[in-house]
Amino acid sequence: MTRFLTAALLALSLPLSPLPAQAATPEDTLVVAWVFDDIISLDPQEMFEISTFEVVGNVYDTLVMFDLDDTSQLEGQIAESWEVSDDGLTFTFKIRPDLQFHSGNPVTAHDVVYTFQRLTAMDKGPAFLIQDLGITADNMDETLTAPDDMTFQMVVDNPYAPSYVLNVLTSANFSIVDSELLKQQEQDGDWGNEYLKTNSAGSGPFILRQWRPDELIMVEANEDYWQGAPQLNRIFWRHITEPATQRLQLEAGDVDIARNLTPDQIEGLEGAEGVEFTETAQGTNLYMGLNVANEHLGKPLVREALRYLVDYQGMADTFLRNQWTVNQTFLPRDVLGYVDSKPYNLDVDKAKALLAEAGYPEGGFGLTINVASTRPERMDAAQSFQATLGQAGIELEILPSDARTALTTYRERKHDIYLGTWGVDYFDPASNDVFVVNTDNSPDAESKPLAWRNSWQNEELSEQALQLQRERDSEAREQGYQQLILDWQPVSPFVMMFQAIEVAALRDNVKNFRLGPSADANLYLNVTKE
Amino acid sequence: MASASGGRVLRTGGELAASVALTFMGLLLVTFIIGRLVPVDPLLAVVGDRASEAARQQAMEELGLNLPLWRQFLIYTGNVLTGDLGMSVTTSRPVVEDIARVFPATLELASLGILIGVVFGIPAGVLAAAYQDRWPDHVVRVLGLIGYSVPIFWLGLIGLLVFYAQLRWVGGPGRLDIFYEGLVPTVTGVILVDSALAGDWEVFQNALSHLVLPASLLGYYSMAYISRMTRSLMLEQLSQEYIVAARVKGVSEFRIITRHALGNILVPLITVVALSFASLLEGSVLTETVFAWPGLGRYITTALLSADMNAVLGGTIVVGLIFVGVNMLSDLLYRLVDPRAH
Repeated sequence: MTRFLTAALLALSLPLSPLPAQAATPEDTLVVAWVFDDIISLDPQEMFEISTFEVVGNVYDTLVMFDLDDTSQLEGQIAESWEVSDDGLTFTFKIRPDLQFHSGNPVTAHDVVYTFQRLTAMDKGPAFLIQDLGITADNMDETLTAPDDMTFQMVVDNPYAPSYVLNVLTSANFSIVDSELLKQQEQDGDWGNEYLKTNSAGSGPFILRQWRPDELIMVEANEDYWQGAPQLNRIFWRHITEPATQRLQLEAGDVDIARNLTPDQIEGLEGAEGVEFTETAQGTNLYMGLNVANEHLGKPLVREALRYLVDYQGMADTFLRNQWTVNQTFLPRDVLGYVDSKPYNLDVDKAKALLAEAGYPEGGFGLTINVASTRPERMDAAQSFQATLGQAGIELEILPSDARTALTTYRERKHDIYLGTWGVDYFDPASNDVFVVNTDNSPDAESKPLAWRNSWQNEELSEQALQLQRERDSEAREQGYQQLILDWQPVSPFVMMFQAIEVAALRDNVKNFRLGPSADANLYLNVTKE
Repeated sequence: MASASGGRVLRTGGELAASVALTFMGLLLVTFIIGRLVPVDPLLAVVGDRASEAARQQAMEELGLNLPLWRQFLIYTGNVLTGDLGMSVTTSRPVVEDIARVFPATLELASLGILIGVVFGIPAGVLAAAYQDRWPDHVVRVLGLIGYSVPIFWLGLIGLLVFYAQLRWVGGPGRLDIFYEGLVPTVTGVILVDSALAGDWEVFQNALSHLVLPASLLGYYSMAYISRMTRSLMLEQLSQEYIVAARVKGVSEFRIITRHALGNILVPLITVVALSFASLLEGSVLTETVFAWPGLGRYITTALLSADMNAVLGGTIVVGLIFVGVNMLSDLLYRLVDPRAH
């Protein structure tokens, strides 16, 4: 009845002649429905938001890039070849000849030096990536050099595992920028940051034309791209926050790819005419951090009991289907050192026994959990955990808030339990040793990794993890991380639960679109439409 | 007599300016304080979750967040007075530029919405009052009730499903089809106006087709309010003695309603319409979300959740200006319609 009335009323206020229906987007144009309100700057050496990585990954090239089929293999992009000195400190890259930026300027080793120095000296969010290699604003004139126009040299402070160093360089934060253009655009020594926030200076397959925040991003093909011009002339990313709206537009053919559908909608679309799916496991983990400063959570037995009070498989089979898959390590699978160790399942009796051993035969205490209520799946997971904890006599109070409020609480160590995500910055296990390493547990420590946020310090494991950063033998390194995971699992202050899966729904005339393991590897170069 | 009323106008002018200024300072102060009380680390939006302490420190100094609160407020107020609303940290652009982009989208939607609300709402209210407790009254009341009680979010999705996905009578979410992006130079930001200025009627039609559904929805909700208010204002008038007298004199019922009663409720009705319009101009977050409409409501909400205080304060100032502006406009209209003002 309501529906009828509404329809009737709306019909009255509409023009009576129907408008021409446009069934499909143009063939040379790809339209992607996507949520990208996290983008705050398109400057590669400043950005640290997931959506930005996808855009920047298609507009810029990096020195090296991992193979999409096997992330442990590296390929040259701007670099044609590279070698590491015997002492493991000097990395030398030969620049691929005849490359040019969108401006027409040639790509040289000086641009690489400029880019790396820019990342170091601007000291924005991602600067730690290069600073972790011992490169600082004070030493960068010596550590980052161009012996000639086509050779770039980088000197690091410790003999790190080469795979670690090279994998760091695949991050889109190391996108090579056009130094001549940026020097023209520089204001007050800002390295062209103000300009590059909303413009681009790259050499990648697409050229940024427009970014209207929370509305639209448009890129155009770079006809002179060294791997050949893209098939598409244009890509539009449209910011559409409501998943139901994305679905309607996909079905109507007004968008080619819908990126943020809910599991229900994916299920509803399965078998629908003209719609296909593609999915990938991503480098993001969903976990809970247990603050050991809490008197109960400080007891290792209680933490172990909590790990037996999570309905991992139950969640993965129901409301997390098509979004998350069980992973109880601190590494996403496919990263070197990952081991498929899943020691925990929902086992209330075992948890009760552990609690009794810890001095809580009846449970009988309360905890709080901070969750971002803007993410429905996280709220669902927290409620499931609340129910299973209840079975062991522990009362869990859920404290919902928006994502940044919950994160602020976590960063200030004011939580009991924090439920949230962590994603790898590059495809090397060192990226996630923040779950293990904590060298200074004091309130104003210089470095505040995830272990610190949960007030947890284990000097032995911490030292092990730091040594693995420098293990140059790949096999020994892999085994080292695998052992580290097994040693860490029963003592850690974390309940590792899931790894993300991303599913995109697309019109069936879109070919060669694939989601990469990280956002900067969602490449559109080879996408075509039939 | 003339000079006395001239003096009154002047005095009210001065008072008005003073009260506007005072309102603004209060608005700024309260928003500023709320912004600082929100338990969100504003640096998260700027340098992210993983930045080093040194990077955080640098960002804090760049944004002036290390200064005492009162100094931050004074600096901000000083800048506002010179028309500088600062930079938004979530869009990396001046807030003034952001607002110039998002406000026209809201203005376009709200204007068409209020037009629909008035065109349908006032006659519906008059009709309901004239046929009190008979079927037209019931129909209007039920329609109004739906408008009050059904979530706009849901209604928007149903509307899209029926008129966009199924019937294809209207354009989908967003302000334009991809085909028409960038064809018309931005002059006012209101696409209907810009395309008309450029004489590009194809873009005009496309923009209108995108606008019709969300505007009808907002129009429907304001119609619900306007028709209810019109009905009760009318009923109040119709029970007055002068109406009885007019009836006794044999004036036709049609004339009684349209000339006497309606004429007398115009002043309060203007207030009702003005307030509806102002609240539409604030932007409707839910409608803007469903229709992927890049308007003011969504802008302020996104900014608030990111603790992007310059953007929130800028948006608040605009909303404040809207209310003052709409109030002044309705004051002006009173003088035109109120016979006592002549």
